[in-house]
Amino acid sequence: MNEPWLMLIVSCTVFVIGLLGVIFRKNLLIMLMSIELMLNAVNLSFVTFSKMHQSINGQLSVLFVMAVAAAESAVGLGLVIALFRTLKTADSDQIQILRD
Amino acid sequence: MDWSFLAFIVFATIAILGSLLVILQKTPVSSAFSLVLVFFSFSGLYAILGAHFLAALQILVYTGAIMVLFVFVIMLLGQDEPTEDLKESSLLFKSVTVLGAFGFLTILLQAALSGKDIVSKGIYTDEKIIEMGGNLKVVAEVLFNDYAFHFELVSFLILAAIVATVALAKRKNSTGEAA
Repeated sequence: MNEPWLMLIVSCTVFVIGLLGVIFRKNLLIMLMSIELMLNAVNLSFVTFSKMHQSINGQLSVLFVMAVAAAESAVGLGLVIALFRTLKTADSDQIQILRD
Repeated sequence: MDWSFLAFIVFATIAILGSLLVILQKTPVSSAFSLVLVFFSFSGLYAILGAHFLAALQILVYTGAIMVLFVFVIMLLGQDEPTEDLKESSLLFKSVTVLGAFGFLTILLQAALSGKDIVSKGIYTDEKIIEMGGNLKVVAEVLFNDYAFHFELVSFLILAAIVATVALAKRKNSTGEAA
């Protein structure tokens, strides 16, 4: 493929869709999935720039981002389980223990 | 028009439509399966860009490990019925947010595409990578020479994540002490 910059359009669009998901949805699981979408979009732009600059460092960064994303989703899902156990809901609007 | 451009069109369409489905579907299970679709098409996009190792890793790590974790937690929490999806906020807030997101997308695209003609050329051209023995070999060589220390640090990160997850998800008994 001769025009790698076309990938940047996909990357930016998916990033903004993930951002809208985090802002609008209130189910904690879907919010975590939207965060995964944003991380993936950034990974795609890393690989695209790596191709455009004929460098390999972008692909190495993606490797580390993948490790961080795996750790993040494991801890995030642990948090969701702990919240669900105390509040019996996965709704982010119901998390207001500190407010009362 | 070569085959890789056609493949790009197909995968890009699936990626964008799938990520829209992730945030628009009501049940978390349907969102999770749309997310699998997105991950597969991203893997295809990596392969088109020549990052074959990352394409394999995308399927192994994301659709293999992370999605299983997500589906397992959805099952564990019994979140399989449609939820009241949107946050309670005024129509003004929603429309302003969507407009702001479009503005943000425009700025992002302008910033990303402004440098597409003035790229610096590194040493890893396609011919050089083929000559050195393929994408996986080049990635491994750079990873274990230049980034060996960072690679070791990642193992500490994953260890910390394991400890944190066990501490968070452990069942507490009624006196508040860990069982």
